[in-house]
Amino acid sequence: MQLLFTILLDGLVYASYLFIVAAGLTIIFGVMKILNVAHGGFYAWGAYTAAYFIGAASEMGLPDWFAFLIIAGSALAVGIVLGLLIERIVLRRLYDHEEILIVLATFGVFLILEDLILLIFGVNPYFAYQPMVALGSVEMGGIFRDVYSLTLFGVALLVAAGSWWMLTRTRWGKLITAVIHDREMALIVGINVRRLFVVTFCAGAVLGALGGAYIAPTVSVAPGFAVDVIVLSFAVVVIGGMGSIPGALIGALLVGLLRALAVHKLPELELFVIFLVMSAVLIVRPEGLFAPAKARKI
Amino acid sequence: MLHAILSDKTVRLTALALLALAAAGLMLPAWVVDNMMFGLARGAAVLGLLVLWRTGLMSFGHGLYFGLGAYAVALSEHWLGLSDFALRILAAMLVAVVAGFALGFILRRYRDIFFAMLSLAFSMVLYGILVKTEALGSTDGFSVSQTTFLGWAPEGKQVLFSAIIAVCLALAVLVQMYLRSTLGRLTTAIRDNEIRVEYLGYSVARAIHIKYVISAALAGAAGGMMAMALGQVDPDSMVYWTVSGELVFITIMAGPGSVLAPFIGAIIFEFLRTYAFEIAPHAWQLIVGGTLLLIIFFLPGGIWSLLERIPFIRRLRHD
Repeated sequence: MQLLFTILLDGLVYASYLFIVAAGLTIIFGVMKILNVAHGGFYAWGAYTAAYFIGAASEMGLPDWFAFLIIAGSALAVGIVLGLLIERIVLRRLYDHEEILIVLATFGVFLILEDLILLIFGVNPYFAYQPMVALGSVEMGGIFRDVYSLTLFGVALLVAAGSWWMLTRTRWGKLITAVIHDREMALIVGINVRRLFVVTFCAGAVLGALGGAYIAPTVSVAPGFAVDVIVLSFAVVVIGGMGSIPGALIGALLVGLLRALAVHKLPELELFVIFLVMSAVLIVRPEGLFAPAKARKI
Repeated sequence: MLHAILSDKTVRLTALALLALAAAGLMLPAWVVDNMMFGLARGAAVLGLLVLWRTGLMSFGHGLYFGLGAYAVALSEHWLGLSDFALRILAAMLVAVVAGFALGFILRRYRDIFFAMLSLAFSMVLYGILVKTEALGSTDGFSVSQTTFLGWAPEGKQVLFSAIIAVCLALAVLVQMYLRSTLGRLTTAIRDNEIRVEYLGYSVARAIHIKYVISAALAGAAGGMMAMALGQVDPDSMVYWTVSGELVFITIMAGPGSVLAPFIGAIIFEFLRTYAFEIAPHAWQLIVGGTLLLIIFFLPGGIWSLLERIPFIRRLRHD
């Protein structure tokens, strides 16, 4: 029973952060039809920026709650700056190229972002455990768990609710929905698709960076730690359905819980299980489990 | 048939280039020969991706077959004590062909990004298995002992180098023959319009399946050669998604213009990486990534399109 509870908790924590990262990836794919490998770069940059400034703030003796402002600030700054730069310099030249070539270009961007981190932040790992220590831990059903990772649920829910509200209740959201469903028709009725692309790409990048920034205090932020995240968030997005936020939520829950189950019961199956599910979903429903129905175009 | 092969100008050029390389190998320092071997091995896998890319398909998971080939070499030594060059290459290709044939039934139904993603998923399944299975070497992998040739264990790397060149030449010639056959000429037709190809009476699914198996065999042979050249196999350097990413990268860098292009591209990549790593150890990915972007922006035909500015090479296209 206790083991079950631990698995559930671990799985949910893991799912929360996967969801935050994957939501950014899926929204970019949905609107722009770009599978953004550079997303891992946003994640790493978010983590490094947050870890660096949390360390600096604690040396200056700023209060611990300040770290949360830093996390939010780093995610916004990294996402908007990198998002604007990459959209302007790289993607804008390639919108009429083949999908596969655009994926490759973002792979190139990912490699560049990885090395810029080494050049700017150095090769030594960063630790920014202050917010985790400040919040302490709590006993739940006989197991101890740090409060910080539990706040991840809150952030994930906030992202889910926020993106739902954005997409269904605001003008921007309606425009985005229109572009997701039919880019050409959206252009014809006068929607500025190019500007929407910029906004979407930056929003997605902010989410990627937020995932990294929020996870930073719980891990050692070292070179190359984003490489795994890319394929895992790919798996989440593919399982849920590319371009669908509720899909990303379901996908993240599935992957998070499966991984926790594997880690605790059959550690040798960890990665294997996730990618087996991904293959199975692609084979049975290539559009993903919860992809919205589409009108067939001729 | 033999006449058709020998009169093909691309075949002649490839043979000439590779024979010159084998001769040069006798004089080059050991580290250059090593780099050339890695380049040629990777080039064979890239040749496999080229076969797919000409139809507009790109696999982000060819590390699957590259790794299967490499592990076939390592495990056939570990379990059966095989160390002969020809047997190792055959084992590598056989394992890759069997896997490619089986998975081909599924993959032939997919196109574009779905094809790429499903290949990626399959390769990561293999990675997941290898990393966590003690009997398969786990994260450490295996070391691969020196390759023998019919019982002869030569000193130095020159003989292995020449043997790898011979295999690459044979593979390049076979692929060139395939691309010039009716089945191979369907490649471009399928990319342009699948429905018309079906109306002509050909099965697109079957053509893609055959293409996929050929490409798996090439990547398997490549992995086998890599294992022999490197003397070591492990999941991170043979199967992980970054390995597949590198192969795709070289495909784009080399360009789809000719069967010789993958080998040129892969050797350049190997030296680009070595030098970039030496000059700027913390910035070699930056150099590699930047090169990729520049090629996508300004050189869509890859390095081969630069070579095609030479009139003699340009004429090969219409051959």
